[in-house]
Amino acid sequence: MRLDEHPILTFQRGKEVSFTHDGKEMRGFEGEPIAVALHAAGVKVLSHSLVKHRPRGFFCAIGNCSSCLMTVNEMPNVRTCTEPLVEGMRVETQEGRGSLLGKD
Amino acid sequence: MEKTEILIIGGGPAGLEAAIHAAGLGAEVTLIERDPFLGGQLTKQTHMFFGSYEQFAGVRGVDIAEKLKKEIEENPKIKVLLNAAVAGIYPDGVVTVSQKNKFLKFKPNRIIVATGAYEKMLPFPNNDLPGICGAGGVQTLMNLYGVLPGQEIVMVGAGNIGLIVSYQLLQAGAKIKAILEASPNIGGYLVHAAKIRRMGVPILTSHSVKEAYGKDFVEGVVVHQLDEKWAPVPGTEERMSCDVLCLAVGLSPLSEILWQAGCEMKWIPELGGHVAVRDEDLLTTVSGLYIAGDVAGVEEASAAMVEGKLAGMAAAESLGYSVEGLLEKKDSARSELAELRAGHSGDKIRGGIDRVERLTRGKVTC
Repeated sequence: MRLDEHPILTFQRGKEVSFTHDGKEMRGFEGEPIAVALHAAGVKVLSHSLVKHRPRGFFCAIGNCSSCLMTVNEMPNVRTCTEPLVEGMRVETQEGRGSLLGKD
Repeated sequence: MEKTEILIIGGGPAGLEAAIHAAGLGAEVTLIERDPFLGGQLTKQTHMFFGSYEQFAGVRGVDIAEKLKKEIEENPKIKVLLNAAVAGIYPDGVVTVSQKNKFLKFKPNRIIVATGAYEKMLPFPNNDLPGICGAGGVQTLMNLYGVLPGQEIVMVGAGNIGLIVSYQLLQAGAKIKAILEASPNIGGYLVHAAKIRRMGVPILTSHSVKEAYGKDFVEGVVVHQLDEKWAPVPGTEERMSCDVLCLAVGLSPLSEILWQAGCEMKWIPELGGHVAVRDEDLLTTVSGLYIAGDVAGVEEASAAMVEGKLAGMAAAESLGYSVEGLLEKKDSARSELAELRAGHSGDKIRGGIDRVERLTRGKVTC
């Protein structure tokens, strides 16, 4: 849920942009981390663990824990908690380690 | 190969102060930050700081960040590289940096590592479910980007971070079901705890998480009571529904780069984990390599800023730079640190530092 009013802070958001998550059209604000836009849209599962395929979500938000790695514009292992959102991005839930050569 | 006199790794409270004070003595500084902005954790701290005037008492963390950023931007001696992460420090003194798709090499005369800390995890079944996140992550989402992490929160940890983040969540409109604290006492300042209690949030001391439940994301936790030996008391299990379980169970220094550089490291639990052996100037056992802030031992942002000040002055001094009254300035930074670590609440920190500080100046050769 987006906060519009806050007793102390004012939020300066970028312009509204559209992007896709697993093919589904979504809206977010330019420059905010991809995972933030997804969280605001109610997406909690960002990836799955390699061995037991357990769901993984937003955890550290500083690009440290690897819980939020996703495929963005065909590039795997993007740290979506720090990577800024850009108009037209194609964000996909990554399964496995990801490959730079396209689909496994 | 890029040249710089002092390379500072990390643009949080310690790194910012280090840059300002090293440049203040006349050194040329390059400040490297992996985020697209400076300020580190200060950028999400909406509470007013304690301490003295020098330590920005009464000023909110976010406003301290803005003030320091402005000083840095106006200082022609400081060059800032954003979106830049250090990849390695090599035996010949070369520091490699990856900035977006660029790969840069630096040969600095001195290095100050101010990389900060990362959040500790708590072991319990299903602790990997989405919706279980660190207190820093919650602050980022809520205070930096204005997104509420969830509606019903269970907080683990009644130290200062747990208490402050709980208050921030309440301010932003979330409901805190309870704050769980495994120890029999509230660890954070009682002024924060009292504020939260007045808002009707229970702080359950001697309580911890037995397990989390939920299918694709956390739907609740099972809480249980602990006895005086921290063992679970059977029959005290209670289910508490929530959509966010926030962990504020401490931080560990982000010290990988110090290991890689070959610093002598020591395991000091009171400082959050492995920290580098240092002298009174915060110089490590690797020549020309200084540390400041949480990477040198997890404390408050106020202490990080003072350490940055001290390391910045010491590094510039070792290059031959000086200002009038430098010795007094360094001594006054040391007394500021002693004040911040004074009293009962600083016992652990002082004990930890005593075991890792070597009061003989290391030889500077690089």
